[in-house]
Amino acid sequence: MKDLSRRTFVQASTAAAILSSSSFFDWAKAWAQTAPWKPEAGAKINLMRWRRFVEAEDAAFMKMVAAFKAATGVEVTVVNESFDDIQPKASVVANTGQGLDMVWGLYSLPHLFPQKCLDQTDVADYLGKKYGGWAPAAEMYGKSGGKWIGIPVATTGGLMNYRISSMQKAGFKEFPKDTAGFLELVKALKKNNTPAGFALGHASGDANTWLHWALWSHGGQLVDKDDKVIINSPETAKALEFVKALYENFIPGTASWNDSSNNKIFVSGDLHLTSNGISVYVAAQKENKAVAEDMDHAYMPIGPVGKPTELHLAFPILTFNFTKAPNACKAFTAFMLEAENYNPWVEAAQGYLSHFLLAYDKNPVWTADPKRTPYRDVSKRTLTPGGLGSLGEKAAAAVADFIVVDMFANYATGREDVKGAIAVAERQAKRIYR
Amino acid sequence: MVDVAEKTPARRAPQMMEVSAWSQLKSNRNWLGWWFMLPALGILILFLAYPLGLGVWLSFTDTKIGRSGVFIGLENYEWLQGDSVFWLSVLNTLLYTIVASIVKFAAGLYLALLLDKHIPFKALIRAAVLIPFIVPTVLSAIAFWWIYDSQFSIISWSLKKMGLITQNIDFLGDPWNARWSTIFANIWRGVPFVAITLLAGLQTVSPSLYEAATLDGATPWQRFRHITYPLLTPIIAVVMTFSVLFTFTDFQLIWAMTRGGPVNATHLMATLSYQRGILGGQLGEGAAIATAMIPFLLGAIMISWFGLQRRKWQQGSDND
Repeated sequence: MKDLSRRTFVQASTAAAILSSSSFFDWAKAWAQTAPWKPEAGAKINLMRWRRFVEAEDAAFMKMVAAFKAATGVEVTVVNESFDDIQPKASVVANTGQGLDMVWGLYSLPHLFPQKCLDQTDVADYLGKKYGGWAPAAEMYGKSGGKWIGIPVATTGGLMNYRISSMQKAGFKEFPKDTAGFLELVKALKKNNTPAGFALGHASGDANTWLHWALWSHGGQLVDKDDKVIINSPETAKALEFVKALYENFIPGTASWNDSSNNKIFVSGDLHLTSNGISVYVAAQKENKAVAEDMDHAYMPIGPVGKPTELHLAFPILTFNFTKAPNACKAFTAFMLEAENYNPWVEAAQGYLSHFLLAYDKNPVWTADPKRTPYRDVSKRTLTPGGLGSLGEKAAAAVADFIVVDMFANYATGREDVKGAIAVAERQAKRIYR
Repeated sequence: MVDVAEKTPARRAPQMMEVSAWSQLKSNRNWLGWWFMLPALGILILFLAYPLGLGVWLSFTDTKIGRSGVFIGLENYEWLQGDSVFWLSVLNTLLYTIVASIVKFAAGLYLALLLDKHIPFKALIRAAVLIPFIVPTVLSAIAFWWIYDSQFSIISWSLKKMGLITQNIDFLGDPWNARWSTIFANIWRGVPFVAITLLAGLQTVSPSLYEAATLDGATPWQRFRHITYPLLTPIIAVVMTFSVLFTFTDFQLIWAMTRGGPVNATHLMATLSYQRGILGGQLGEGAAIATAMIPFLLGAIMISWFGLQRRKWQQGSDND
C-alpha cells in the first residue's frame, strides 16, 4: 500500500505538471524569447523516434512538441518506429539526404554516419553548464572527433530484478556485489525452487546487455581500442564458464527467451531473479502487487576486473546537417532537456528513462520510490556497445548479429565447446571489423 | 516539269515505306499481341525482374544499409561457405521444407478425400477448414508462441494436470524440440491450402469414371490409384510447387516465434538473411544468403513440373 500511495503521488504530480497548461506554455514562450537559438522563419522539423513503451512518457513528449510549436511557431512532425526499424531508416535518410531532420534513436546511431550529423557542441555546452555537467558515458555516446554529433537524451537501464524474500531465504541479506556471490545466489535459488533466469535467446535488449556485462566483468573484450578482434582470450573462456554455471541453474527455457519472456514470467511470480529495465516493476504494480512489493533492484555485480561493467541502452538524438532548419532543431533539442520539460517527462516514464545530465539526480522520481533509485545511476555506470573499440557501424553490426549472445548460448547449451564457441564468434567479428 | 515528275516519287517513296512499316506495326495481328503484353511486361520487369536482378547484384558487392558498396566478386559467397551458421540455416531450411511439405501433402490429400464425401454441413466444414489459412500468419505465430511458452504452455499445463509429466516441456528452448515445434506450426497453417485446392481438383473428376470402375469391380484403393490419383496429378504438381515455395521462403512464423533461436537451431535462410542484411546492416551478405536460395527454389520447381507432369495432359497427347 505504501508503494501505491507513493506512486499515486508521483503520478498525480506528473499529471499536475503536464496539465497546468497555461503556465507551462507561458514558460515555453519566455524560454523561446531568451534561447540562444532562433528558429528559422517558417521552419518545420520532421522527427523520427522509437515507439514508446510507457504511454505517459509519449504523452509528455507530445506535450513538449505542442509547447514548442506554441512558443516558436515551429511544427515538429513526429514519426514513431520500432527499435529494429530506426537504424536502417535513419541510415537511408543519411545517405539520400532527405526525409527527416532529426532522429531520436538508440545506442550508437549518430556514430553510424558522423559526417552527416550537425555539430551540436554549443547545445551540449549550454546544457552541460546549466545542469551540472554530463555523465562520462554521455561524451562517449555524443562526441566524435572532438565535436558533439548527438545529444544523449536518456538511458534505459538493465539491472538486477530480484524477489526480496527468495533472496533472503537463499541466505543473502543484501544483493551480492560480486560475480562469485551472484553465482552462489543463483545456485541457492535453484535449490530452493525459486529459480533465476536470464535471456540467452535473440533478445536484442535483455540478452545483449547482461551477456556483455558477463563478458566484460571477467575481462573479456570483443575488440581492443584499435578495433582489433581479441575475443579469443583466457578471460573470455572464464566468462563462458561463468555463464554456463549460471545457465545450469536457470529456470528451463532461457535459450528461447526474447525481450518480453522474463517480464511475463517474473510478473506471474515463477521467476525470482532476472535482469531487466524497470518495466517488470511497473507491470507488477499493476498486475501482481504481491510481486511488486516483494521485489527490488540492484546494480549488476562486479566481476574479477574490479569495476562496474554494465551496458545499458542509451537514446541519443541527432540532427542531420542537411536540414533546412538547423537552429530550430538545436532549439528543440535544448528545449527537450530543460528542467521544466525534462523533469515531468522523466517522471511520466516512471524510471524507464534515466538522465545523462547530473543535476537531474535530484528529480524526486528516483527517491519517491526507493526501489527505483538504482536506475538513477545507469547513465553514470554504462559502457558503450563498442567496448574498448570504436563506437560506430561495426559495433552496431556486431550487436545486431548477436555475436556475443550466440557465443555464450553456444557454449552454455552445449552446442559447442569453449574453443568452438569462441572460434565462431571470432570469425564473425573479424569479418565485421575488417 | 520533267524534273518535278522525276523527283517527287523518289522523295515520297521512302516516306511511304516508313508509314507503312509503322501502320503495319499498329495493325498487324502478331504485333498487336505484343502491344497488349507490354503493360504486363513492364510490371513484371519493374516489380519482379529488376528487384531480383538488384538482389543478385547486391550479393556481389559489400553494400551496407545507407551506403553503396563496391563490386567484390564472390567474396560474400566465399565467406558464407565457411560460415557454420549459414550451413546450419541451409540444413534447417531443407529439413523444414521437406518434412513440412510431405506432411502437408499427406494430411491435405486425406482431408480433401474426406471433404469430398457426402457429409452433413459440408459447406460449413469446408469453410471452417480454411480458417488456419485465413488468420494472419503473425497472429497464428503469436498464438503458437504462447502454446509453446516455456512456463505458460497450455500443453505442458494439461499434461502436468493429467500427471503425465512433472516438468514443463521446453518447446522452444531445446534445438530439436524447437525445430519440430516450428515445423508443426507451419504444417497447421499450410494444410488448408493443400486440402482445399486438392478438393477443387477432386470435384473435376467425372463421377462416371468411378461408376464404370465400380461396375468393373474395382476396390476403393484401385479407384483411388488408377482414377483419382492420375487425374489429380496436375493439381498436385501446382499445389506442391506453391507449398514448397511458401515453406522454403517462410519468415514470419519463425521470426515471431524464435527469431532463429535457440542458438540458431531454427534459423532459416530467410530469417538469417534478414538478420544479417537488415538488422546487421550487411546488405551485401544478406543478399548473398537470399540469392543462395534461388538454386534450391529452381530445383523444387523443376522437380514439380518435369517430374509430376510428364504425362502430357496439357497437350492432350499420349501418356509417356
